[in-house]
Amino acid sequence: MCGTCGCGSEEGGVRILKPSEHQHGHEHNDYHHHDHDHHHHHDHKDGHIHSHAHSHGHDHEHHHSHTHQHSGDPHKRKVLEVEQDILQANEVMAAKVRGFFDAKDILALNLVSSPGSGKTALLERTLRDLKEEIPFYVIEGDQQTLNDANRIAALEVPVIQINTGKGCHLESDMVYEAVKKLKMKDHAVLMIENVGNLVCPSMFDLGEDKRIVIISTTEGVDKPIKYPDMFHTADVCIINKIDLLPYLDVDLGEIKRFALQVNPNLSFFEVSATTGEGMDAWYAWLKETLKARKEEVSLNP
Amino acid sequence: MHELSVAMGIVRIAEKETAKARAKSVELIELEIGTLAGIEFESLDFVWPAAVKNTVLEHAKRHIHKIRAKGQCVDCDTIFEMEHLYDACPKCQSNFKGILQGKELRVKALEVV
Repeated sequence: MCGTCGCGSEEGGVRILKPSEHQHGHEHNDYHHHDHDHHHHHDHKDGHIHSHAHSHGHDHEHHHSHTHQHSGDPHKRKVLEVEQDILQANEVMAAKVRGFFDAKDILALNLVSSPGSGKTALLERTLRDLKEEIPFYVIEGDQQTLNDANRIAALEVPVIQINTGKGCHLESDMVYEAVKKLKMKDHAVLMIENVGNLVCPSMFDLGEDKRIVIISTTEGVDKPIKYPDMFHTADVCIINKIDLLPYLDVDLGEIKRFALQVNPNLSFFEVSATTGEGMDAWYAWLKETLKARKEEVSLNP
Repeated sequence: MHELSVAMGIVRIAEKETAKARAKSVELIELEIGTLAGIEFESLDFVWPAAVKNTVLEHAKRHIHKIRAKGQCVDCDTIFEMEHLYDACPKCQSNFKGILQGKELRVKALEVV
């Protein structure tokens, strides 16, 4: 709870903020994620599950529970065969968000990495170099502070900060709330910078088109096999801080070999967000992906 | 600690299904979790009491069916047990494989009263 005014989220709750808003602002629509009001949560979630469950290819799952009663059981014990995916609520919401992005022709990228790999620096450089050509929007995920959103706002790119509180990753319902606040125009790129964490974000689809994992040269070559889930679910791997290579005993080929062991479909970019080296190849990929997406959209209007 | 999110997801499903069946509480919950689902079983144990407190699951017994991961090599079709996502095909050493099972993360059944 906010100590100054008594409003806002409880400790550990999720807050969705614009850089222009005072951090303890009297916005009473702060999004509570891990609150303990289960019934409230339910009503909201139930609707989504039932309205979307069968239209998104989850047909291997059964949403109707089949009940049968054990005859002669004095306690009227019933067995409900639920057969439901635990992350289904997140996936259904991700599908909803993805549909919104499709309709608006927005390319959404989910940037994941360990803390300190240079996600924000890479983002700043990319925005600075390309913002005249491509309209960008940014969602920043961190446990605390508006620092990253302020860095992006300084480049005059629209940004929303999600503070996850005690949470270690973004979930699709947080992105949904943030996207509502962003009021995006069509034909843009949305960069979602996830919470710095190489473990948890891998399990949560945010409705993105592509997942980009960033690793820096200082992290050690075997990171991909130490944290395989993240590399397994990514489409692109950006190796950052290559300007530091002269000072390190690191073989880029080895990083790639380990990463390809986990995910043979990864494509790589070697960059330095500080010096700008290698950024052109990443920009070319971004533009190509955007173009390919537009063509796909115009083929399937 | 995404296991907390997962536990909350389990609670959400149990609450909803229990209400639908007009039952009061859950006596037994059966989960299916694959060994490559990204769940640390010890972490799930750790967050469980906090997640189920004051819910229909508070006094429920929990039974986890662990599903051992299996992959199939894209190049030579060999089916093999997987311990890690980066396990190569034991026959031809290819890294290209499909995961046949082991990513499950599912509430299988609830026994309610």
